[in-house]
Amino acid sequence: MTQDSLIQIFRFLFFLLLQILIFSKINLFGYVNPYPYVLFVLLFPIGSSKNFLLIASFLLGLTLDIFLNTGGVHAGSSVLLAWMRENYIKFSFGLNYQYQSVKFFEKINSELISYLLLGIATHHLCMFLLEIFSLPLILSILTRTLWSTLFTFVICIGFIQLMKPTKR
Amino acid sequence: MQQIIIYIFKNSTKVLFLLLFTIALVLTIQNHSYHRSSVINSANRVSGGVYEKVNAVNEYFLLKSENEALAAENARLKSLLFNQSDSLVHDTKKKWNELMYEVTRCKVIQNNYNTFNNILTLNAGKKLGVEPEMGVINHQGIIGIVEKTSNNYATVVSILNTKNQINSKVKHSNHFGIISWNGKNTGYVQITDLPRLATVKKGDTIVTSQSLYFPEGIPIGAIDKIYTDNKTNYYTVDVRLFNDMTNLGYVYVIKNYHKQEIENLQKESILK
Repeated sequence: MTQDSLIQIFRFLFFLLLQILIFSKINLFGYVNPYPYVLFVLLFPIGSSKNFLLIASFLLGLTLDIFLNTGGVHAGSSVLLAWMRENYIKFSFGLNYQYQSVKFFEKINSELISYLLLGIATHHLCMFLLEIFSLPLILSILTRTLWSTLFTFVICIGFIQLMKPTKR
Repeated sequence: MQQIIIYIFKNSTKVLFLLLFTIALVLTIQNHSYHRSSVINSANRVSGGVYEKVNAVNEYFLLKSENEALAAENARLKSLLFNQSDSLVHDTKKKWNELMYEVTRCKVIQNNYNTFNNILTLNAGKKLGVEPEMGVINHQGIIGIVEKTSNNYATVVSILNTKNQINSKVKHSNHFGIISWNGKNTGYVQITDLPRLATVKKGDTIVTSQSLYFPEGIPIGAIDKIYTDNKTNYYTVDVRLFNDMTNLGYVYVIKNYHKQEIENLQKESILK
């Protein structure tokens, strides 16, 4: 058990509890909800096994589904995000992302912002599509996706600021 | 066969992704079909227990409003009692063997109102006699219908659920309509098939009609807006709920002792 995997287990439980106890109760203007638990998937260490990430995100989503009575909505969108993540990292940080340091989120720059926005938007679009599950309501799905993405993004930036190691 | 196994080993990540995504899709679709809904629900020991713990803390913040609500309810019941024509003459024989409704008090331990298909969790289950398809109300009006139960917990399809349809009527005129929700505003529900013969106006009270789930006359809300559509013979009506669905505490589950009998009768009538 290395320190890194302990950190990941801690994050899993931390985001799960925070989502259930606090962020699911936030409901701006009746339809804007934040889902910052996507940070668990987005900030998973780059070098680690992809299969493991897929299973971990599925479990995270499924637990949320049990608590929020949403069927398989969160499980599906988290797994999709975990699957797409590598492409987004390539897109945002350039092709030689493997050689970067694992803690790629230490500095908030345009690369990190584009990566976060892409990831969150994918997750939220998939989630609202599955949750509402009806094409006539596509406009409602898109507006919800847009505003919730922005809201989640703001909260995620806050979390990243907090998680940054302090400079000595 | 060998080829397939080699393929699976080569693309294990892709196969795993497809497998997990399919599981999630199946669960989602099951959740969207009304009659076989939610294999996965929060009426189980773990999530019910967590919500109960959280709720035990939360309820201290709501003590004052809860007390006020109870006092108001008491006052209303007392006025009913005092205004009875003769409170001494009770039909005591009729009382217990012909009881039609039984009311169980319980508490909403998880409230949900930000999706299209909202489900609540109650802290009462089979042990207290709560069964699927019972109506749930509180002192202000209706909440929903019980969907699944475990030993100690139950889930409720909220009135703020696009799948839910509840029989209702206009209080003063007995015109029937079906209440449903369009998923937009948590304060309003819609009646889509109120006949145009009905004389309704803004502010009229909508109550439940006698059904399998609810006794007659439980308040739902007041008419807020009336839309007329020239193509059909029906009004579409926006109803402002009396209940604040974002703030629920104690609720009552209603058991209808005659439900089985009515259902059997209806089944026989359809068969013939």
